[in-house]
Amino acid sequence: MQKSKPELQTEIKKRIAVTKFWDKVFLITGLLSTLVGLVLLFTLMADLFVNGFPRLSYKFLTSFPSRFPEEAGILSAWVGSFLVLLVTALASIPLGIAAGIYLEEYARKNWLTDIIEINIANLAGVPSIVYGLLALGLFVNFFKFGESILTGGLALALLILPMVIMATREAIRAIPNSIREASYALGATKWQTVQSHIIPYSTGGILTGVIIGLSRAIGETAPIITVGALTFIAFLPTSPFSSEFPFISFKWLLDPFTVMPIQMFNWVSRPQHEFQLNAAAAGIVLMIMTLLMNGVAIYIRYRFRRKIKW
Amino acid sequence: MVKELKAEVKKLNFYYGGVQALKEINLPIERRKVSALIGPSGCGKTTFLRCFNRMHDLYPHNRYEGEITLYPDNINIISPEIDPIEIRMQISMVFQKPNPFPKSIYENVAYGLRVRGTSKRAVLDEKVEKSLRGAALWDEVKDRLHHLAFDLSGGQQQRLCIARALATDPRILLFDEPTSALDPTATSKIEELIIQLKDEVTIIIVTHNMQQAARVSDYTAFMYLGEIVEYDKTDRIFTAPSNKLTEEYITGRFG
Ligand SMILES: Nc1ncnc2c1ncn2[C@@H]1O[C@H](COP(=O)(O)OP(=O)(O)OP(=O)(O)O)[C@@H](O)[C@H]1O
Ligand SMILES: [Mg+2]
Repeated sequence: MQKSKPELQTEIKKRIAVTKFWDKVFLITGLLSTLVGLVLLFTLMADLFVNGFPRLSYKFLTSFPSRFPEEAGILSAWVGSFLVLLVTALASIPLGIAAGIYLEEYARKNWLTDIIEINIANLAGVPSIVYGLLALGLFVNFFKFGESILTGGLALALLILPMVIMATREAIRAIPNSIREASYALGATKWQTVQSHIIPYSTGGILTGVIIGLSRAIGETAPIITVGALTFIAFLPTSPFSSEFPFISFKWLLDPFTVMPIQMFNWVSRPQHEFQLNAAAAGIVLMIMTLLMNGVAIYIRYRFRRKIKW
Repeated sequence: MVKELKAEVKKLNFYYGGVQALKEINLPIERRKVSALIGPSGCGKTTFLRCFNRMHDLYPHNRYEGEITLYPDNINIISPEIDPIEIRMQISMVFQKPNPFPKSIYENVAYGLRVRGTSKRAVLDEKVEKSLRGAALWDEVKDRLHHLAFDLSGGQQQRLCIARALATDPRILLFDEPTSALDPTATSKIEELIIQLKDEVTIIIVTHNMQQAARVSDYTAFMYLGEIVEYDKTDRIFTAPSNKLTEEYITGRFG
């Protein structure tokens, strides 16, 4: 039997009401979960800020660590972090992009590339200290790079290499096949296609991955300690510029170093309360560095998304 | 008028891995004429068209047998000894869905020339203008050559793709359902264009649209299950087909 019109109407209304109720339930649950995360993060930052902010000053950024907490600063730490990260970027970007392009555009899809793909994903999940051990064996003991900036940078480069490779592959995979075909149909070679299409159109995604990798690397402590970074260092690496020919020097690569998180760790483990405040202040600096890098990543993604929409 | 062949397909077989998609195809391609390929979905039109510029070489496990002879050079397009790039340099393609590069309008058209090593600004400028005029797009874009191609409408994008293909002075121009993603106005513009272009270049067009085949083509081949069922002058195919299957297809009884 067919229902009369008004009856049908009320039934529809009832169903809509029920659906709307569940809509609300989900909305509130989602909101609460988000809030928990936000509140935690906020408390953490507020705590760091309250403790560390009074210690932040120009002097703090330009002083070496010291036995006296009021005189101690993070100069050697941030310079160390910066140089290590520079090595990390210079090593991981070309390697990661080349590997990603090879795997996506050149390698034949077969069981071997499948295994490589699975292993790269697994490598991204390997605990960072394992990379430290690898770097210790490879760069310190085998290549004899010493407990140096070069070794530290390369250890972190290994750590983020899988991330760079995966970001590259993902960005390349997002390029529709019709673009490749258009290029090949015009007589382009593989390299011409890679050079003028694949690389430019995936740059946004690749850079985002690289920066997120680097912002993870900047906070890493375990592998850096493993390769033998110092915890107390009161001098800067050799300047990369020299007054004599050829005016550029790479000696800094083999100098000992420390990085921000190690400096923090060193201060936290001291009994005096003042050192804890120094650690908090260094924490703020590290946090700002990380947030800035993430901000740059978001900006790059936004810029490229606007230009290229598939 | 003496008939002149631009290409001739002889006993062409094509396999996707173990699956044969084209069977014993024989077909003449007349110079500076429009040849249309029609047939129901899945009969192998796209597969056939993509043999002409060796697009199948981009993917593994594809195999050709037979010959497609290109005149007047007398080379076999699908011979493994011939570099596919050499073929694609001479035979251009316009795809079903407009696929401009996410670059400027100018760079889209210039790309084929850059691939061929042309980088002189004056040469590129001239060629880009000529090709855009050839694709009936110049007046619409001449003031914004350096804007992104994605900002154009679908029909304009497809004409841009035609300009991009024309810029390389192809000897044969392949169209795979070039208007299936376009509205009627854009479609009729492209049809007019195709009719104009045949003065300069040999054209092969795949179409689902029978009226389109009737309007633009000089010769029509009807394909079914990977074979050519009938090939003739377009007006003959549409007025007096000799094969029953062809007749049923063009009268809309299947397909
Ligand atoms: N890459 C591929 N691998 C395997 N089989 C394929 C592939 N591409 C097409 N085929 C098969 O080959 C046959 C011909 O396909 P093709 O795309 O050439 O048909 P078509 O005539 O262009 O159809 P449509 O009008 O729908 O575009 C179909 O049976 C199809 O399933
Ligand atoms: Mg098709």
